[in-house]
Amino acid sequence: MNLTFFFAAVALYLIATAGYCIFFIQPERKSIASISLWTTFLGFVLHFIYFILRWSEGGRIPVTSFFEAINALGMGIVMVFLIMELRYRIPALGTFMLPLVLILMAPAAVTSRQIAGLDPILKSAWLGIHTSLALLGDAAFAFAFIVSLMYLLQDHQLKHKRLGAIFHRLPPLDVMDTISYRALSIGWPLFTLGMITGSIWAESAWGTYWSWQPKETASLLVWVLYLAVLHLRTIGWRGRKMAYLTIAGFLFVLISFFVVSRIGVGKHTF
Amino acid sequence: MGIVVVGLSHKSAPIEVREKLYFPEETIPAALGKLMSYEGIRESLIISTCNRVEIYASVADSARGVDRIKQFISEYHGIARGALEGSLYVYPDSQGVRHTFRVASSLDSLVLGEAQILGQLKDAYDIALKAKTTSTILNKLIKKSISVAKRVRTETRLAEGAVSISSAAVELAKKIFGDLTGKTVMLLGAGEMAELAAQHLLGNGVKNIMVANRTFERAEELAKEFKGDAIRFEHFPDALVMVDILICATGAPKYVVNRDMVARIIKDRRHRPIFMIDISNPRNIDPEIDKVDSVYLYDIDDLQSKVDVNTEGRAKEAERAEELVTQEVETYLQWERGLDAIPTIVDLREKVEDIRKRELDKTLGSLNGMTDDQKRAVDIMSQAIVNKLLHAPLVILKQAAASTESGDATLAIARKLFNLDKELKRPVHHGKASEQPGEKVPGPVKERKDVC
Repeated sequence: MNLTFFFAAVALYLIATAGYCIFFIQPERKSIASISLWTTFLGFVLHFIYFILRWSEGGRIPVTSFFEAINALGMGIVMVFLIMELRYRIPALGTFMLPLVLILMAPAAVTSRQIAGLDPILKSAWLGIHTSLALLGDAAFAFAFIVSLMYLLQDHQLKHKRLGAIFHRLPPLDVMDTISYRALSIGWPLFTLGMITGSIWAESAWGTYWSWQPKETASLLVWVLYLAVLHLRTIGWRGRKMAYLTIAGFLFVLISFFVVSRIGVGKHTF
Repeated sequence: MGIVVVGLSHKSAPIEVREKLYFPEETIPAALGKLMSYEGIRESLIISTCNRVEIYASVADSARGVDRIKQFISEYHGIARGALEGSLYVYPDSQGVRHTFRVASSLDSLVLGEAQILGQLKDAYDIALKAKTTSTILNKLIKKSISVAKRVRTETRLAEGAVSISSAAVELAKKIFGDLTGKTVMLLGAGEMAELAAQHLLGNGVKNIMVANRTFERAEELAKEFKGDAIRFEHFPDALVMVDILICATGAPKYVVNRDMVARIIKDRRHRPIFMIDISNPRNIDPEIDKVDSVYLYDIDDLQSKVDVNTEGRAKEAERAEELVTQEVETYLQWERGLDAIPTIVDLREKVEDIRKRELDKTLGSLNGMTDDQKRAVDIMSQAIVNKLLHAPLVILKQAAASTESGDATLAIARKLFNLDKELKRPVHHGKASEQPGEKVPGPVKERKDVC
């Protein structure tokens, strides 16, 4: 029964994606963009209901299995997208953002959706705090990643004088540069807090703040990378180079999320 | 009864003819008053711009109406009828409706999709409203044409894309910087096209402008005109650091801006993008510069090809806009036909009610000793019979009038069957009385430019 909400949410995301793609091809149909936005919002509401239902069913925040992790990440990205879309009103964002959500959540179709048992030592309030902070950080990084891709695409159009449909649909370079930076400057502190709470939790559970597990090392790498990106930005780096770095940062996030967690050993393995 | 449009435009007559028929704005109310004194002209509106002079009217009879309007033009401007005929076009009835919609949607404009005409049409309508020379028909026609224009604007890409070099420059600048407020422009060299581009940028929010020219006096002159700063030509490479948009047109035989110059400033600019427009021939900016990150260099050919593509795109969108107009003409004509049915329906109702009342009075008068209740029952019965009998004919009249051209025939048969034309006077529905429109007339559109 609960899964119905999950599938309904995914179906709505699919419809919204189709809507945003139609809008990208025929931008004079402005109503399609707002319908897609509402569809996304409705999808997010259902997604959130599913999240809560699963939480109450399992008796803990559902972020511990692989399915639960990609589910929560997808939901986080949609949330960041909705907030940014309401703030900046750039419907072209939807055309690029929602497909990423669908791709990241695609493994949910084949992976086990069972609610698995959990080591009692992990049952703590820290579980919710640590994971939601880290996941929201990741979601903001995903947002910045997509905006950077769009930036490079628009930069390419302008440099090569391809002033066609894509040029018209994509937002101005400066706007993308700015919102990508905004996303990073929100995402990085969240991610930092996620790491700090994680290590406090580790201390209370195992008596050690840091044990160089693969996931911890990978996260540290991601953290340092984005710190560097933000630092370079403050000393004046902008544009293409920033976009490349932002994209590289998210590739590390993906590796950490999909590879390290899957093969690694330790507490972050699903 | 119907709509006629008589006029001339850039398509039908050269400027020498158009200027002879021009109505200065302040003379239009008087001209409208004069036009209304011609027989058979029920409503009228005059639009007079540098590209077109047109008279819109609702008339008792199309052919005679056209004749009267031409007579008016000839007498008003003192030009012989014969001299006018060749340059005036005439759109009667449904063609007139179509023409109005096309004009409002800018499908008939010199530059397809330019919004200016809609504002001019609204102004002309305002004048006619104040002069009380419009009523049911023209009010509906103009309001409908405004909504058609809006539909065309939102549902097609007729107005999309710049169609002049300077507006193409603005379009590109907006795709790089987003908002142009607070950006700095440098004009390097002077020339008509460079000035035009600068003017366009200033009109789009750019605040700071610097002018550099080989002759400093000329730079000062231009700077004054644009409320900017003049700088000495040899100092321009240093000032480049502050420049977001560079318009270059020096007429020098070699490159004036080279790669080293730009590579040096880009770091001091903290990699903020810089948009360079080279409209000089031969080119003044080394094309190699385009390879530098955050620099976007466009020469005159790049801009021209953008303009060509956009112009072509608009022509393609015009086809879709024409389809929209065709649909809207149909809905308008439906409304107009429905209007035709109203007098017949009213007449029929009045006639039948008249008969019913007369017969009821006769019957009740000859019957003595009926109670009030009984009298009321007879009254109600007679009403019921009348309503039931009328139901089918009324439905058919409404449908026939709104749907097809055979509506007129149906109306005629109904009038004949019920003998409506002999006994009752038809109420006048489209008199000269000016019916004030319910809604407020929207003001002129924002994009309007005061070119005309």
